Amino acid sequence: MSVFVLRRLMQSGIVMIAMSVIVFFGVNVVGDPIDMLVAPDADQAEIERVIRDFGLDKPVWQQYTVFVSNAFKGDLGTSFIFGESALKLIVERMPATLELAFMALLMAIVIGIPLGLYAGLRPNAISSRLIMSGSILGFSLPTFWVGIMMIMLFAVMLDWVPATGRGDTVSVLGMQVSFLTADGFSHIVLPALNLALLKISLVIRLTRAGVREVMHMDFIKFARAKGLSSSRIVMVHLFKNIMIPVVTVLGLEFGSLIAFSVVTETIFAWPGMGKLLIDAIQQLDRPIIVAYLMIIVVLFVVINLIVDILYSILDPRVRLQDAAN
Amino acid sequence: MTIETSLKPPRKQLFSGDTPMSRFLSEFVESKVAVAAALLLFTIIMAALFAPWITPQNPYDLAQVSVLDARMEPGEQSFDGYTFWLGTDGAGRDLFSAILYGLRISLSVGVTSGIIALVIGMSVGLIAAYVGGRTETFIMRIVDLQLSFPASLVALMLLALMGKGVDKIILALVVAQWAYYARTVRGTALVERGKEYVEAVTCLGLSHARVLFLHIMPNCLPPLIVVGTVQTAHAIALEATLSFLGVGLPQTEPSLGLLIANGFEYVISGKYWISIFPGIALLITVVSINLVGDQLRDVLNPRLRK
Amino acid sequence: MNTPNTLTVKNLKTHFFTKAGVVKAVDDVSFSVKPGEILGLVGESGSGKTVTGFSLIGLVDEPGRVVGGSILLNGDDLARKNEKQWRELRGKKIAMIFQDPMMTLNPVLRIDTQMIEAIQAHEDISKQSARQRCREALVRVGIASPDERLASYPHQFSGGMRQRVAIAIALLHEPDLIIADEPTTALDVTIQAQILYEVRKLCSETGMSLIWITHDLAVISGLADRIAVMYAGRIVEQGSIDEVLDAPLHPYTKGLIESVPSRNKRGAKLYQIPGMTPSLLNLPAGCAFSSRCSAKQSDCLVATPEITQLGEERQVRCFHPVKQEEMA
Repeated sequence: MSVFVLRRLMQSGIVMIAMSVIVFFGVNVVGDPIDMLVAPDADQAEIERVIRDFGLDKPVWQQYTVFVSNAFKGDLGTSFIFGESALKLIVERMPATLELAFMALLMAIVIGIPLGLYAGLRPNAISSRLIMSGSILGFSLPTFWVGIMMIMLFAVMLDWVPATGRGDTVSVLGMQVSFLTADGFSHIVLPALNLALLKISLVIRLTRAGVREVMHMDFIKFARAKGLSSSRIVMVHLFKNIMIPVVTVLGLEFGSLIAFSVVTETIFAWPGMGKLLIDAIQQLDRPIIVAYLMIIVVLFVVINLIVDILYSILDPRVRLQDAAN
Repeated sequence: MTIETSLKPPRKQLFSGDTPMSRFLSEFVESKVAVAAALLLFTIIMAALFAPWITPQNPYDLAQVSVLDARMEPGEQSFDGYTFWLGTDGAGRDLFSAILYGLRISLSVGVTSGIIALVIGMSVGLIAAYVGGRTETFIMRIVDLQLSFPASLVALMLLALMGKGVDKIILALVVAQWAYYARTVRGTALVERGKEYVEAVTCLGLSHARVLFLHIMPNCLPPLIVVGTVQTAHAIALEATLSFLGVGLPQTEPSLGLLIANGFEYVISGKYWISIFPGIALLITVVSINLVGDQLRDVLNPRLRK
Repeated sequence: MNTPNTLTVKNLKTHFFTKAGVVKAVDDVSFSVKPGEILGLVGESGSGKTVTGFSLIGLVDEPGRVVGGSILLNGDDLARKNEKQWRELRGKKIAMIFQDPMMTLNPVLRIDTQMIEAIQAHEDISKQSARQRCREALVRVGIASPDERLASYPHQFSGGMRQRVAIAIALLHEPDLIIADEPTTALDVTIQAQILYEVRKLCSETGMSLIWITHDLAVISGLADRIAVMYAGRIVEQGSIDEVLDAPLHPYTKGLIESVPSRNKRGAKLYQIPGMTPSLLNLPAGCAFSSRCSAKQSDCLVATPEITQLGEERQVRCFHPVKQEEMA
């Protein structure tokens, strides 16, 4: 187990190094680094200070070392607009984004798995076909447009929930969260559902496919031959088997939830890091863009690592393989 | 029957009545939904191509647009008696016309980026499969690395660094998508490379390029076409998303995504039509491409043939 | 001879209603099994022997259905049970062992989970006492260190070990009848021999009846008391193991026996029944075996032969049974 984790950690380290090289050279090749680091209205002295600080007069590989060592110190530049550390600004916004993404993930599980189970266990029922057609639609609908339609329907026409913002928050373990207050919950439902829509469709299809596959396995028939009730067969024998692919995919999709939250946050004015990024792009606040880039890479690598470990815990066969290696 | 015919080398059939094309068409029309989607898609493409001739007004010709007509509801009439069936936007443009012009831009950006990504991805994938060894490992590591990030994020990051523009969004879409093509092509090319006909033509002393592009490549096309349709639909939706976010196309190139974005500010005041109709146009386009792609996959995948 | 039968199957019909037509997988099958008796159900793949087994435990999958006949287990007609009553019977009165031990145990659940749930499905019993029963059952099928085994996952076991676990699970409630569907086909020959020996012993010890479904006459010859040969959904010959193997009456049985390698002379060409099992979807008129039968005559192509009873337990479904002097 520890060998397995260690190996995955090393792989993650290599990915991080590769991505930092790409980001660094992306910044240097695609754009002028001075543009990236200095506010457009900065004077000559400021430009020279930055050139000195970041070693822009040095060879490229030395600049990269400076970039990396600064990044390790948590210095990814200073926001032009806010005048604060870009990293700090993003970290401040991160809980809002994480809360939204977790909420969406939860919705994908709570809505997607039962519907997928139902559609898989009764493949020929009309209701199952409706669920599957709905999930195809869920794949094809552009998220941002659905978000607008949701605001129009639920916030403007029906006036059930507020259209934008985060509402009241409470502090839990030092993080501000919305979903524990009534006002905050009414604010998070719509954006979380919007973000979850694609994943709900995905979970429905994955679960259904898993059910169809596993229900034909001999061990299900053997379980029936033992005289087990169908609820025990579905909830234990079937469920544990289909959970492996579902959890793996959902884990990997958590990263894309964070990525897609850029769209949802913009529509619902949710004060997370995605909205910060879009604002930064519009205001040419480049240090924030670079910092977001590095943080999202770290997040993705960490998520992939956690999913790998989780997968090995869920599937005893993988655990054994690794023990043997 | 179909299994037997498909076992014959495809070239022979060019001389018989049962050409691959006619067989393809007869299998494609088996699904009524796919035929309807293909017809719809054809209509959309035609409408976009001939937009200047079929729209009642050129929404970007200031002489034809009057701010006095701004935010008219669907079905209202302008001063000169023309009915805006889909209403007008904030600047008084006829939405129906604006949507067709928008489709033109959305489709051309999506298809252009799709084709470029296909050519690049295909070349890279073919080379990886044909050369093998370390080159292949290296290329595929990059492909895997990129595919571990969502395409939308890759495109968004590039645009964040580069700024707006038609050329930039096409570049971003190409970078975001090439890896999907490369992975697909490499997979099929590896299978093809192991087949005897490749061994045979190699023994004939043909050049590598000839073997690769004249013999292996045509056999990799069917799965590539399927991935191509799906990816083009993705590209169109992604462009709309990015333009909506304000990082894609500039206001001078009003694609469907920008039309939706422009209508967004009126949604709160209940003026639904400015956002909803361009969205429906986008939805119909994406869904019909996907439906056509689904049927193509069923027809072109030999394993699924009955 | 007067002991009541554990199982009496009369005119069982299990049909599959497919889009292409009705497949009569089991068509008018009758047989019985006495307490402690082992019945070998022999046939090629597609002969309906497995579907017969599933019909007896009420596990025929869609689009299949038992459409006729009766299944009397100790006088109780199972063919009329609803799903709830079936569930109470399965595992308790009738148990089943499957062909591929690699596939019958759930890969993500531990052995103890899969054994204890089988007990708790039928008895209100604490986990501890259930676990104790599992331990005893494992020991009975020859598994050493049962505690360690109980805490393992199926993939940590060999195929033979897994099949022993499956047998142990089948034995948990000491059912009246066990249906074993080719349980040793997927195993090594040595393991097969051990398991056969143990199964035989368990049957005589407990008085359980056993239906052993197989295509392998060599396996059945050392195991079963009686044998029923199936072909194209029907039983074509039935009788005690010695009678059938030494003096087969149906040309198909004869062909099967002659194609067993050990019964042939070394170096002689092994006999092969010509042709293939016909598709059950559209059986030709007349005897289903006629197209492959060396003894067929014109009447074989016209009508389906009925069962000829030749004594208490001996029967054959053939117009022109093999005359005994031919077998030498």
